[in-house]
Amino acid sequence: MGLEGRAATLATRSIKKDSKIWAIDTAISMVDLTTLEGMDTDGKVRALCAKALHPDPTDPTCPAVAAVCVYGDLVATTRACVGDRVHVAAVATAFPSGRASMDVKLMDTKQAVADGADEIDMVIDRGAFLAGNYAKVFEEIVAVKEACGDAHLKVILETGELKTYDNVRRASWLAMQAGADFIKTSTGKVSPAATLPVTLLMLEAVRDFADQTGTRIGVKAAGGIKTSKDAIRYLVMVKETVGEDWLNPDMFRFGASSLLNDLLMQRQRMRDGHYSGPDYVTID
Amino acid sequence: MPFDYAPAPESRSIVDIESNYGLFIGGSFIEPTSGGFFKTINPATEEVLSEVAEAGQADVDAAVAAARRAYDKTWSKMSGKDRAKYIFRIARLIQERSRELAVLETLDNGKPIRESRDVDLPLVAAHFFYHAGWADKLEFAGYGPDPKSLGVAAQVIPWNFPLLMLAWKVAPALACGNTVVLKPAETTPLTALAFADICQQAGLPPGVVNIITGAGETGRMLVEHPDVDKVAFTGSTEVGKAIQRAVAGTKKKLTLELGGKAANIVFDDAPIDQAIEGIVNGIYFNQGHVCCAGSRLLLQESVADEALASLKRRLTTLRLGDPLDKNTDIGAINSSMQLSKIEELTASGEAEGAERWSPTCAIPDKGFWFPPTVFTNVTQAHRIAREEIFGPVLSVLTFRTPEEAVAKANNTPFGLSAGIWTEKGSRILWMANQMRAGIVWANTFNRFDPTSPFGGFKESGFGREGGVQGLGAYLNVEDPS
Amino acid sequence: MSRVDVRKTHKLFIGGAFPRSESGRTYEVTDSKEQFLANMALASRKDARDAVLAARSAVAKWSSATAYNRGQVLYRIAEVMEGRREQFISEVSDSEGVSSRKAGAHVDAAIDRWVWYAGWADKYAQVIGNTNPVAGPFFNFSVPEPTGVVAAVAPQDASVLGLVSVVAPIIVTGNAVIVMPSSSRPIPAITLAECLATSDVPAGVVNILTGAPAEVMPWLAEHADVNALDLTGIVDEGVAADLERSAAGTVKRVRGAAPHADWQATPSLSRMRAFVEVKTVWHPMGV
Repeated sequence: MGLEGRAATLATRSIKKDSKIWAIDTAISMVDLTTLEGMDTDGKVRALCAKALHPDPTDPTCPAVAAVCVYGDLVATTRACVGDRVHVAAVATAFPSGRASMDVKLMDTKQAVADGADEIDMVIDRGAFLAGNYAKVFEEIVAVKEACGDAHLKVILETGELKTYDNVRRASWLAMQAGADFIKTSTGKVSPAATLPVTLLMLEAVRDFADQTGTRIGVKAAGGIKTSKDAIRYLVMVKETVGEDWLNPDMFRFGASSLLNDLLMQRQRMRDGHYSGPDYVTID
Repeated sequence: MPFDYAPAPESRSIVDIESNYGLFIGGSFIEPTSGGFFKTINPATEEVLSEVAEAGQADVDAAVAAARRAYDKTWSKMSGKDRAKYIFRIARLIQERSRELAVLETLDNGKPIRESRDVDLPLVAAHFFYHAGWADKLEFAGYGPDPKSLGVAAQVIPWNFPLLMLAWKVAPALACGNTVVLKPAETTPLTALAFADICQQAGLPPGVVNIITGAGETGRMLVEHPDVDKVAFTGSTEVGKAIQRAVAGTKKKLTLELGGKAANIVFDDAPIDQAIEGIVNGIYFNQGHVCCAGSRLLLQESVADEALASLKRRLTTLRLGDPLDKNTDIGAINSSMQLSKIEELTASGEAEGAERWSPTCAIPDKGFWFPPTVFTNVTQAHRIAREEIFGPVLSVLTFRTPEEAVAKANNTPFGLSAGIWTEKGSRILWMANQMRAGIVWANTFNRFDPTSPFGGFKESGFGREGGVQGLGAYLNVEDPS
Repeated sequence: MSRVDVRKTHKLFIGGAFPRSESGRTYEVTDSKEQFLANMALASRKDARDAVLAARSAVAKWSSATAYNRGQVLYRIAEVMEGRREQFISEVSDSEGVSSRKAGAHVDAAIDRWVWYAGWADKYAQVIGNTNPVAGPFFNFSVPEPTGVVAAVAPQDASVLGLVSVVAPIIVTGNAVIVMPSSSRPIPAITLAECLATSDVPAGVVNILTGAPAEVMPWLAEHADVNALDLTGIVDEGVAADLERSAAGTVKRVRGAAPHADWQATPSLSRMRAFVEVKTVWHPMGV
């Protein structure tokens, strides 16, 4: 209840003019531009990569996104397209369900890293978590982290399946203590995905973890964030909860696809002084 | 990093404040016969908003006579069904004019627009809706088959929630078939006068609602008026006692909603971040100008340091300033008099050895302001732990066991509200049972609803407002045997 | 030659015991024909103070007894009174100067009143309390809780029925009471005290001070540890007004004078409502 009230209050903060321009560019630079469909192809991924590098082809001042996020088998294609200009994130560990053997999950991870992924978005075993087998969840994260090598590990809690704030809080701490570099709300395959209150809760966990250990963990809100207004509300919450140190792509990400175009349309509106339309941004 | 909030002031142009207001008696605004006018100001800027009539004895007499006439000739004879329709009309008009009323409230009172818009006004409308529905159903309220109205109600309300307190008084009075003479506080008369306009708009029969403005003396004349059948007062315990003395020996029915010094008790298993939100809402909501404010924070010693650190960090994010700005969390103190009282009591806190802390925040040059303040190392013996400060000032005490928390929480002549923060269900219910307070918020704080009765134990007053119990304050429910 | 009877000097009833007045004072009561009935203790300010202490120490346990238990205790009072029915009838008849038949009707009604209120013990909270459908995800309920220590004046005329009608609703709701019975007809009150002492009513829940309300009540009206006044039996409007004024000092709840109510009538909830405080508890609902 406290979470929802606080999130609702912060959602009414007013961001305008220079702050809004800054917020939109920052939000763009925080996007993990994502395609996670069974029908994904090399062609689809190449288009997405082009968009990631130049979100607004009419405006070279528009920043690139943070990363392109794909299934493991498309990592090589992705890396070939983007070079080292943006990060390549691969979902791994039997995304989205997490239902596979440990060996398969580790192979999944190692292969993605070998193919060029420098960020791994793993899912936790929600079944084990809900069965109270926290040790299994913990050990799996530790093992995947090791398999990642130098790649950054984002741990997807899938908050829509954990259901309660208590579970999300516990899972956040478990992931951080097991070595996550980021904790991430959702796969995008389960509704609800990211919400303001649940992200607030994870930000609080990250803040308290930093207070207690000195280690700063990032947060990724993924799924369901579709408008610039939504994105700015998340940034306000980040600022008010963990502070400005988290207001950059190293510490906060949006997992999204359609959000980017809304950010671009808002960006054009701020630049041109009139509302833009969907034909003035590219479809990926 | 240019990520700052933009000023987002609500437009003033929506309100149309007249240069002066008469008294609303018998359905129209009339000049005061005996008194003059006094100024009402915007406490955030000290700008004069308007001049308002000061009602004297002749005006009070006229208002009570108008209410009596309306009671005898119209309102007591009208069916409950028709009374309900007038009250429903009022509720709708409040919803339609809620933006205007919220801005007006914020201008005259100093509270943040976020609160007047999102808390006060929705509750005002809800209160009229709830009671409208009761008007033709009173025989089902548990007060017997044919509960009777009392007659003319004299109502005196405070400045902290001007229009909401009006709603709490007027809605049940009208629903139960009484007519009213209401006196708003002298520093916040404007929304009550706007409400008079709404009564006209609703076509409410003249004299059913009369609004007279003035200071304490006008209030005294009103409650002492011999032709009044009911007195309802919300305000300080000191004035409440004087009113109780004044009505002694009369047949007037009295309800009082007075001060408080609520304990907000945080156990070591409470979710700290949620509790912090509740603590902040408990004492910094409406600048702490709340009779049920959680002004005493009782922290279990094992989590006291952690909770205090979290609280202080959270307080640094509070935004004090222009009440009309939608980003503002803490508005202006309602009056220079109230500000002096807060300053005096906080000075006593320091003098008595408590440790004072406030986040750094810029205080505007004009107007009346007080930063959110926390006192630690407070004991039960300190004045700031006993007296109602009615400002954004939190006194922090600690406890070790549930029994100690109960003893400290109840160790006060007041008994309006209490807060409990713990995850353990059985402990919540045990604590709720132990609290000598009329409202207990468990894992939440400062929630209000027209269906939920509100009122105190002990020196916090008697009678309830809201809910089915609140109807008893405006019906003749006393049976001699 | 008839037997020389044993004349009685009755005592007060405080904290379950029968002390003399601390002041040592007594007064004489007579029947309706001015014939001597007994000596009574004339309660003083200090007796009132002792009674408040006894009532306060009783109230925590009594108010937290289960409703079922309070109902049983009240019903037991009726049982004990029933056993002394004849004594009550003769005392009421002597005191009030009414026929045995009329006194019998009073006593029967008084016993029945205990039964009536005993049955309310586990019901009034269901009728006065409720859940409230607030507009939000909260569970919200209102419960009546005892006000605490109540100082009461019983009617002057109806020596037993009026007394029971005043005391029963105060204690069934979990309060403790200090009651001043009829000054001129106090004997049935003392017999009631003997019933209470030999029934299951915990010590201090009912305290009976015989004497002059005009002398003792001002102390109770001002006493900061008294929560409420029941002025039912006050006849003099000026005295009632003074007591109401004194009550304001600590915002006591006051039920006004009603010295000549129809005690044979079936009561309503009114008297139980007068000495309960409605407490409302909010808790969020959510997972």
